[in-house]
Amino acid sequence: MDKRVTFGGWTLPYLLLLPQVAVTAVFFFWPAAQAIYQSAFIPDPFGLKALFVGFGNFSFLLTDPFYLASFKTTAVFSGLVTIVSMALALWLAIMADRIIKGSGAYRTLLIWPYAVAPAVAGVLWLFMFSPNVGLVSWYLGVLGYDWNHVLNPNEAMGLVVVASSWSRISYNFLFFLAGLQAIPKSVIEAAAIDGAHFWRRFWTIVFPLLSPVTFFLLVVNVVYAFFETFGVIHTITSGGPQQATTILVYKVYSDGFVGQDLGSSAAQSVILLLVVGALTVIQFRYIERRVHY
Amino acid sequence: MATISLKSVRKSFARTEVIHGVDIDIEDREFIVIVGPSGCGKSTLLRMVAGLETVTSGDVHIDGKRVNDMEPMDRNIAMVFQNYALYPHMSVFDNMAYGLKIARTPKPEIEERVRATAKLLELEPFLARKPRQLSGGQRQRVAMGRAIVRRPAVFLFDEPLSNLDAKLRVQMRLEIKALQRQLGVTSLYVTHDQVEAMTLADRMIVMNAGEADQVGTPMEVYKDPRTAFVAGFIGSPPMNFLPATTFAPGGGNDGLLKGLTANPAAAGNNRPTIGIRPEHLRLCDGADGRLSGTLQYSEILGAESLIHLVLGDGVMLTVRQSGNAAVPEVGEKCHVTFDDADVCFFDSDGKRIAG
Amino acid sequence: MSGMVEKRAAGLWLTHAGLILGVAVIGFPIYLAFVASTVTQGDIIRPPMPVLPGGHFIENYREALVSGINAPVWRMLVNSMIMAMGIALGKIVISILSAFAIVYFRFPLRHVFFWLIFLTLMLPVEVRIVPTYEVAANFGLLNSYSGLILPLIASATATFLFRQFFLTVPDELAEAARVDGARPMRFFIDILLPMSRTNIAALFVILFIYGWNQYLWPLLITTDPEMNTIVMGIKQMFPSGDDFANWPVIMATAILATLPPVLVVIAMQRLFVKGLIESEK
Repeated sequence: MDKRVTFGGWTLPYLLLLPQVAVTAVFFFWPAAQAIYQSAFIPDPFGLKALFVGFGNFSFLLTDPFYLASFKTTAVFSGLVTIVSMALALWLAIMADRIIKGSGAYRTLLIWPYAVAPAVAGVLWLFMFSPNVGLVSWYLGVLGYDWNHVLNPNEAMGLVVVASSWSRISYNFLFFLAGLQAIPKSVIEAAAIDGAHFWRRFWTIVFPLLSPVTFFLLVVNVVYAFFETFGVIHTITSGGPQQATTILVYKVYSDGFVGQDLGSSAAQSVILLLVVGALTVIQFRYIERRVHY
Repeated sequence: MATISLKSVRKSFARTEVIHGVDIDIEDREFIVIVGPSGCGKSTLLRMVAGLETVTSGDVHIDGKRVNDMEPMDRNIAMVFQNYALYPHMSVFDNMAYGLKIARTPKPEIEERVRATAKLLELEPFLARKPRQLSGGQRQRVAMGRAIVRRPAVFLFDEPLSNLDAKLRVQMRLEIKALQRQLGVTSLYVTHDQVEAMTLADRMIVMNAGEADQVGTPMEVYKDPRTAFVAGFIGSPPMNFLPATTFAPGGGNDGLLKGLTANPAAAGNNRPTIGIRPEHLRLCDGADGRLSGTLQYSEILGAESLIHLVLGDGVMLTVRQSGNAAVPEVGEKCHVTFDDADVCFFDSDGKRIAG
Repeated sequence: MSGMVEKRAAGLWLTHAGLILGVAVIGFPIYLAFVASTVTQGDIIRPPMPVLPGGHFIENYREALVSGINAPVWRMLVNSMIMAMGIALGKIVISILSAFAIVYFRFPLRHVFFWLIFLTLMLPVEVRIVPTYEVAANFGLLNSYSGLILPLIASATATFLFRQFFLTVPDELAEAARVDGARPMRFFIDILLPMSRTNIAALFVILFIYGWNQYLWPLLITTDPEMNTIVMGIKQMFPSGDDFANWPVIMATAILATLPPVLVVIAMQRLFVKGLIESEK
């Protein structure tokens, strides 16, 4: 899509683009190029010179049980976050959509968690489930369940999934609600006249019409779980116990900054870059498809 | 206040030429209408005069000055757009004043000129309003006002009435014509509506596929169309085009057919077409009939009736007659006559042949 | 007939009950944090902690704001505010300018620039942290506001949003402005900017929250507690050993960290929803 009429001159548009291009070049492309470059080297133990290893870092990573485990952890984590947060959000959106009076108030009461930083969300949930002071963990103890996510990998995973889903519900809720409200009432009324009851109407009419929104949310929630949950994991588990919650992004950070293994961290960055690329392509194809609606 | 002249003006987009060389000289105070179907290049031609499109080759002169390389603002023109292009966040006053402000006109003068223009257009009560608070007709007037207030040498109109309903369109048409007469500003007006063109124009340019098929007063163009395209485009219902074979020899047709075969332009493979306007055809008795066919359907419009016949060889023919005249039944055999003087000949390329 | 109405009313009450349950469950973590910020350390370390607010609201918040644990929280709030405003305004300014250039001009390499900007969508800061950190360190940006803001300021999303919007602005407006004598920047300032007001405001809400909630980048770039932002500063308040954390002050800080973005979202709810849904299109 292009404008029919445009302004003449070349200098002005370049000046207008300059700030964005400069920032992008310095803080995006240069570091990305660095990551690719560094991924081909191993620094010696004293950090004096780097040893060229070609794809060595990659082949090491792809046979490293810790890295492969992190892949699996990421898959489980993002799958669970996506399903939990979308299911709850859809349930809330369906109910909010049924209410005519006061749905605005419910919306207000349900959207604010979007504004809570994932790192803060992590602290809030950590506080409730803290093995020594947490209110929820204490009552679980009363019921005979000994909660300790610091030691139990499954509980740790459960807690980061719940905290990450909690921060994401508002976002999914808003999109589902908008999607539901965009469905013409006449379609639903026609189905009601045909004798379909609420749940039948939902599964045969509403849910199919909602599928573009659902697909879009699937993709962006996976992206969210991959990249934006660092704060949750860092505050609640720091990747533990025994790396049970070390997702890929967390591993880039811990290997690069904590472990100082720059070559491996860079190689991991490059792999993540490919993952983001793939997700972006999926997202873009979705956008393209939606344009044709 | 200004003359406009176009000298073999051409326009290409990428490699496709869309205007194939247009020449015209427009006199001061003249109202020129460019008319043609969509895609004929009429808007492009106007936009080249405005300076919104570059001229690929040829020259555009306004008031004797070559303006090909001038910015629109330096050409002393004002333009009224089809969708009005009012600035949505500005009041009516600011919309009209914007060009003057940019030209650094003193504030009191801006005030005075905007008020005077608003008075002329009966827009005074709306000066503080935003465009979205106005009706279609009012917005149209604001767009006119924005053009008038700058006192340009030339008005350019790009289908300014096509977003209005039919009734308002007729009213605004009259207003535009009256204003143009009153202000005496040379105007170039683009439309696809031939009625608008006929009623507004001092002279009209009929455009067809990037060429100016004919330039002339509305009556000249109507009475003496130079191409089959012009003949078909101007006049409603359009002219009937009939192959020579439709006319049975003998009777009244001999003179016509003889004239045609004698015409040097109709020699060889060139199969001429004969054009007759529906209003020049008359129903008559069988004995006087020069053409005959079956009535397929008729449109009774009150003041006039349109009678559509299908001739022996399947060619359709429309007859236009007064509303008072009797209309035959559907399926009835009808006979039609006409005067040779009202007939036009066109060659197979659609060019008019003298006849 | 009356039976059906009753059934509907019952269904409606059930829906309300479900929603209230949802609101309560979702609100519980923040409620509990508020309760914790109004009681004493002793109340918390002897579980179960109380579930109703206590009487130490003022002293906990004063302690957090004035002295904090590593740095006073007011200081971290100021840092967060500067970073969030810097990121939001910076992104808006550079994106709207580049969108204007890309939509309203034809110049060599236009498509190359367009794709360069588009590619940044694929490079979240989390993916390139080590090299980006090195660049920032080489420029001497550690522990500075520029270091907090600049690397996060390029935004393909905002550029695309403005591009999308500019493409819906009728061509005739630019033409009318040209005929009126407006040069490009004049058109931008007089026509395009005022018409983009709602879009700018909606985007501002989203970007402010994005900036305020940054965690990983401030964690890397600020080592001086005086430069910590509040969102990352909370984690720094936990003791490293087996000591008990000072939960009332930490929770007061969590509430303070949450308040500004939540207020922005609620106060500008309509713009927020518009911005969110449009920026994802």
